[in-house]
Amino acid sequence: MAELLRVATAGSVDDGKSTLIGRLLYDTKSLFSDQLAAVERTSRERGDGYVDLALLTDGLRAEREQGITIDVAYRYFATPRRSFILADTPGHVQYTRNMVTGASTADLALLLVDARKGVVEQTRRHAFLASLLRVPHLVLCVNKMDLVDFDRDVFEKVKEEFRHFAAKLEIVDVTTIPVSALGGDNVVSRSPSTPWYDGSSLLHHLEELHFASDRNLIDVRFPVQWVVRPRSEDLPDYRGYAGQIAGGVLKPGDDVIVLPSGLTTRVAGIDTYDGPVDEAFPPMSVTVRLEDDLDVSRGDMIARPNNQPTVGQDLNLMVSWMVDAPLRRRARIGVKHTTRSVRAMVTEVCYRVDIDTLHRDETVETLGLNDIGRIALRTTSPLCYDPYRRNRGTGSVLLIDESSGATLGAGMVL
Amino acid sequence: MPVTGYELTHLQMLEAEAIHIFREVAAEFERPALLFSGGKDSIVMLRVAEKAFWPARLPFPLLHIDTGHNFDEVLAFRDHRAAELGARLVVGSVQAAIDRGELTEDTRPGASRNQLQTPVLLDTIADHRFDAVFGGARRDEEKARAKERVYSFRDEFGQWDPKNQRPELWSLYNGRHRPGEHIRVFPLSNWTELDIWRYIAQERLEIPSIYYAHRRDVVERDGMIVAVTPLTPPRPGEAVVPRQIRYRTVGDVTCTGAVESVAATALEVIAEVAATRITERGATRADDRVSEAAMEDRKREGYF
Repeated sequence: MAELLRVATAGSVDDGKSTLIGRLLYDTKSLFSDQLAAVERTSRERGDGYVDLALLTDGLRAEREQGITIDVAYRYFATPRRSFILADTPGHVQYTRNMVTGASTADLALLLVDARKGVVEQTRRHAFLASLLRVPHLVLCVNKMDLVDFDRDVFEKVKEEFRHFAAKLEIVDVTTIPVSALGGDNVVSRSPSTPWYDGSSLLHHLEELHFASDRNLIDVRFPVQWVVRPRSEDLPDYRGYAGQIAGGVLKPGDDVIVLPSGLTTRVAGIDTYDGPVDEAFPPMSVTVRLEDDLDVSRGDMIARPNNQPTVGQDLNLMVSWMVDAPLRRRARIGVKHTTRSVRAMVTEVCYRVDIDTLHRDETVETLGLNDIGRIALRTTSPLCYDPYRRNRGTGSVLLIDESSGATLGAGMVL
Repeated sequence: MPVTGYELTHLQMLEAEAIHIFREVAAEFERPALLFSGGKDSIVMLRVAEKAFWPARLPFPLLHIDTGHNFDEVLAFRDHRAAELGARLVVGSVQAAIDRGELTEDTRPGASRNQLQTPVLLDTIADHRFDAVFGGARRDEEKARAKERVYSFRDEFGQWDPKNQRPELWSLYNGRHRPGEHIRVFPLSNWTELDIWRYIAQERLEIPSIYYAHRRDVVERDGMIVAVTPLTPPRPGEAVVPRQIRYRTVGDVTCTGAVESVAATALEVIAEVAATRITERGATRADDRVSEAAMEDRKREGYF
């Protein structure tokens, strides 16, 4: 059976991203003839002179009218080997929040550059955000190779330029591919126009990428989401803790500690509708039974006694701020972390990162819309967390407006 | 569940994600309900819900908005499934609302009751004070849906504001809402039509017989194959012919078209779907073909 790979892509109107996505969808038979016909019709009516594949994803009225992409669009395509979820985000400056959103769940970030222009400000910004969100793999497509006569030197120059910049970031795995989205070169199959390129086509790379080991299979983390108590005639005393494994491999018989209370017990069994399992690992949703009758409820974290997350009330976060009203010191906000919601106060705004130069501005006192920066928080009750670099699930938080309920920003534990 | 090398199939990953969503909503909302029409997406959604809370029963009722124009096979299936799960079934009736004079029906030929579902749905949600309603919509169905969140907020009029959606990051869902507001939750957002069929095959799910190939008297209308029923009689000049068909979606009888098919099992449907070149709604739903933004407009008004 196929696996599932989540890809985030970002780019501006001119770099050929829509054409590339359209080609991936069409060549994997994930784009249907009525969708293509509708796009052709609309392009003709607008007098575009070409088939604008952005119309495939730009579904909202305002987007089509203004010819812009407003929001993250999700696209689906599949090959016999893998299924893909593509989070497609617009490339405008003001939409950092969308890129952060798309990257938060991605296994791979797909960036495009125009071979004639090379690495531009937007490329650096996208690479920085992918690195910030710790997307484990990055593919840089050097597009429009047809317009530079498939010149190897042009490709190598762009590749080197990007490598130089990426060295400053924490991106583990970078692959660079010369493509022409328009002509389909190196998109689905290797192109005869680039005999000097000995790597994979884009689709082949996406199909073959090894990403199973990106998950943390070492630190057992099980945030309790829901307590299952049937209280039925045949199961009067059943008590199970339902949740999704956020890290590690949990087995029946394992010694465990329930946090923040610190009580210890053992795993009696791990249940699913399809029968008990011998091992549970991310991202399985399971129900865990414990040997002792402890007071465990939603928001608690189950871990191993010899490998525990930090339990504390003071968090240092890198934050992506997503609303107009600025983030200030002493602001009172809501925090959602795994299955636990608490209140918190911002104790410090440390610095803002200039996402073009990576320079830290320590003179700022607030963070504004689309700013990335470091803050310190104190929560009203303890959270059980890990550094984001160690675990994306137990190292991430949502910042929430207590009165309106709006999501204000996203935070990653340092 | 066979487990090798700590890897899950894509269906197992989609299922795990959907189970997580069900449990989050059950934990953070007071009065959820699950829209269950007896259609294939809601059947899959219901099975995932069952898995999320097993061995306990569903902690919320099923909800159906009956247009009065449903396929008999589908209604029978709905009742059978609810009884099997011991679940409470809440039905909002469009016919009853028309009979009470609350709604006026468009009786011109070609009109459907699709528009009338929305006020009945909103009234039923308000009457029962539901604060979260699970729906089986998928993002691959339609362009407006491709941009809708898993948690889709609706104001007191049930309206969706596409430009004012909360960003959704990681698997952290923000369910804060004010009294009178509710959310629609789409646990199958990331599933495709093919995934639905694969899951039906994998889980051996029973689905209404009209999803499989059967012979029926049909007419061809605006490029769609329409069954001849008391609600959809042939129009003058239309030739009634028996054909081997199946339905890809089952909505209102009056606006749901069929496709020619010989697929008699889920696996045969999978083979057909994998080879098909037309989207499910594009082929068979007259209600989505009205304009480029038909779905967006209906959703803004409170549609699923």
